[in-house]
Amino acid sequence: MEPKNGATPTPSGREEDFPLSDKVEGPISAAIIAAGVGATALGLLTTLTEASTAVQDGLQWSDSVGPLSGKTVLAVIVWLLAWGVLYAVLHNKPFETVRALVISLVLIALGILGTFPPFFQLFA
Amino acid sequence: MNFTEREWWTLVHGMILGAAFLLAFAGGLAELYSLKPALMTREGVVERMRRVRIGVTAMAVAAWATVITGTWVVYPWYREKTPDSPRSQLLADPDTADWHEFGMEWKEHIAWLSPILATAVVFIVWYYGPGLIRHNRVRHTTITLFVLAFAFAAVAGAFGAFITKVESVQ
Repeated sequence: MEPKNGATPTPSGREEDFPLSDKVEGPISAAIIAAGVGATALGLLTTLTEASTAVQDGLQWSDSVGPLSGKTVLAVIVWLLAWGVLYAVLHNKPFETVRALVISLVLIALGILGTFPPFFQLFA
Repeated sequence: MNFTEREWWTLVHGMILGAAFLLAFAGGLAELYSLKPALMTREGVVERMRRVRIGVTAMAVAAWATVITGTWVVYPWYREKTPDSPRSQLLADPDTADWHEFGMEWKEHIAWLSPILATAVVFIVWYYGPGLIRHNRVRHTTITLFVLAFAFAAVAGAFGAFITKVESVQ
């Protein structure tokens, strides 16, 4: 369709109009895998809390929130620590993001399993 | 037409932050998807990248704010050890106990996966920037994580809405 003001429309770009990034994928992969580690940590803590009253008591960092307080804060701490360590290891490496995604999806699946009530309630 | 303090907080947690999350997801996903050469102009790169960054960052902020208010503000009222707290009410009736034992138990945990994944997406978009336009593998990975972040929040949000329908915090 012709523009009403008669201007020539700007054509959409070709591949070569946009620069290829020279940044390595390592830092991206570190972030992706770390997210999976955080998910697994939450799943593991959830199941352990159900299995052990000692863990449950230990993670009750707030009386009003209950053990969920310790589980979530600790999972976030594990995620951030994992991110820091993985970044230090991978920041200058060409670690492919698809590999990182596969690893992360496996870890996320473990996290989902660990937080899935019919699973963790088996350990009650 | 008044709300109690608790009802205000549940509104902030579920509706205001939830709406912001949905809007940011829709915008962020559309921008991420269309971040490819055939749909862009050289002149538009700066503006498009700004919109992608705003969209994914807003979704991550909304996700963090939602889980923090949910866990630390609303959840303590839900689980109060009084006979009329929503948790006590749900567990008192075998017909509604599953809303707590399955719905709430899953929701309160799985919701936390959303901000973690959304933050990873924020990092990727800010770090890689316009490099995403030519790098389909990284862009597709980013979209996958972004959609997963939304999916986990959707599970939590849906259970939150259902549970509030059955037994609300007042």
